[in-house]
Amino acid sequence: MGLNRSTLLAFLLIAALIAVPFAAPYIGGNYIITQATRVVIFGIVALSLDLLIGRSNLVSFGHAAYFGLGGYVVAIASFHLANDIPLLGWAGSNEALVVWPLAMLVSGLAALVVGALCLRTSGVYFIMITLAFAQMIYFIFVALKFYGGDDGLSMRSRNLFAGERITNATTFYWICLGALALCLLVQWRLIVSRFGRVLSGGAANERRMAAMGYSIYAYRLVAFVIAGMMAGLAGALYANLNRFASPDMMSWLLSGEFMVMVIMGGVASLFGPIIGAAVFLLVETSLSGATEHWQIFFGPFVLLIALYAPRGVWGLVRGGGK
Amino acid sequence: MTLALETIGLTKSFAALRASDAVSLQIEERESHALIGPNGAGKTTLIGQLTGEIIPDSGRVHLFGTDVTQWSVPRRALHGLGRSFQITQLCMSFTALDNVALAIQATQGHSFRFLADASKDKKLNDPARDVLARVGLADRATIEAQYLSHGERRQLELACALALGPRILVLDEPMAGMGPQESARMIEILQALRGEITILLVEHDMDAVFALADRISVLVNGTLIATDRPAAIRANEQVRAAYLGTEAH
Repeated sequence: MGLNRSTLLAFLLIAALIAVPFAAPYIGGNYIITQATRVVIFGIVALSLDLLIGRSNLVSFGHAAYFGLGGYVVAIASFHLANDIPLLGWAGSNEALVVWPLAMLVSGLAALVVGALCLRTSGVYFIMITLAFAQMIYFIFVALKFYGGDDGLSMRSRNLFAGERITNATTFYWICLGALALCLLVQWRLIVSRFGRVLSGGAANERRMAAMGYSIYAYRLVAFVIAGMMAGLAGALYANLNRFASPDMMSWLLSGEFMVMVIMGGVASLFGPIIGAAVFLLVETSLSGATEHWQIFFGPFVLLIALYAPRGVWGLVRGGGK
Repeated sequence: MTLALETIGLTKSFAALRASDAVSLQIEERESHALIGPNGAGKTTLIGQLTGEIIPDSGRVHLFGTDVTQWSVPRRALHGLGRSFQITQLCMSFTALDNVALAIQATQGHSFRFLADASKDKKLNDPARDVLARVGLADRATIEAQYLSHGERRQLELACALALGPRILVLDEPMAGMGPQESARMIEILQALRGEITILLVEHDMDAVFALADRISVLVNGTLIATDRPAAIRANEQVRAAYLGTEAH
């Protein structure tokens, strides 16, 4: 029965995400589409973060850094192209099929370096050191005056997708939804594979895994890189949505919000983090519309979730608590 | 004949305490060897140095003729050392079958395989079921480890060690916390392995020790005071004074 209820929730989520462009003309037009696009993009980040928090027991407090890096890659590539300034001999690019994979590559490389160091620690030290590295990356971009420093970097236009302009909000939404579907598929296969089993075994009992001959470090590092790449893709999408990248995309506040999304939606569940992103943004926009001190109400709301639904919305629906 | 396990002058101190004091232990291949000693004798520290969780201050550890003193825990495991822990270490949210399948998986090369569903992998599940049957848990395969009884968990831990196809089993108090029936069952399972795999058994249960051991080593205050056949150990005055005298009678 629990399975049926959670399957139903997953179907509802998918149906709602698909229905948005069709319903939008009646309930708020482009505004709704834009909000839904944010949900989808943050859903990708939360999903990727859950690979670390939920599946690997690695509480990374610096996930926004890879999100922000992905955003800057597309913004910088388009900046060089638009201003006719070659970047180390490269003219820059505005083609999504070039710069989005590039964003994933750069975020993945950053995750490789940071992860290689952070994963030598565990527990609270891991949380603090991932935060420290993310702050380092944040301040590097604040200091990069050439790319706008703390004012951020605007894009003259959205990336071209296979040569086509993406001016239509709905088209862009479909592209983001496609990216989310792809990430979901990848994550699902990761989790059920031998690789995923080693990750969750390491989360369940590290000593046992070592005694069985697993050097868990390498597996965690690969997970860290994959999560970083997904966040990088989401960052590239987000920069396109706003036609803007800024150090705020890397701030520790945003890293914290990503964690809240994962925990609120339900750790170690495929759809939970996406639901978490949806609930988070929904509550945030509706509360902030009502009062500028919305966080006074949002804080207790998160607290209630933590107290009464420790496995998040997903766990609440699924029931059983086990 | 090569030794399964040999330590040469193994020494480890924690501050002023010498937990292992020049321990030189030799375990022959296919031997069933028990390590006994009163509480605080340094048994757990010694086991930790054999499995690689603790690095000795000085001395060497040889595993089947190879110096493994600097090797990590996983590397020793893949070299043929299977172990159980004093306090059960399992993946509690995994089913019994998945715990063992995870061990089988470790023996089949690296696990950077990203697509196929591991829970439906016959190459993992079939051998895992065989091992579960060997420890008497065939009908508990689908139960999560957290819902197994204490005795069953100990059996499952043994299964995880056996699934590695180890050449030596290091068992740290496998009977700890067990009732008489569960103990008897565990002794039965270990009897079946005797002579097939080298076994190093750390145990307080003297019935188990005398039932299972070909030879017994006695550790007192970090020093090996005797290694001999069970009958000789029983008769050894020094051992009686240090250990059996206070606990067995």
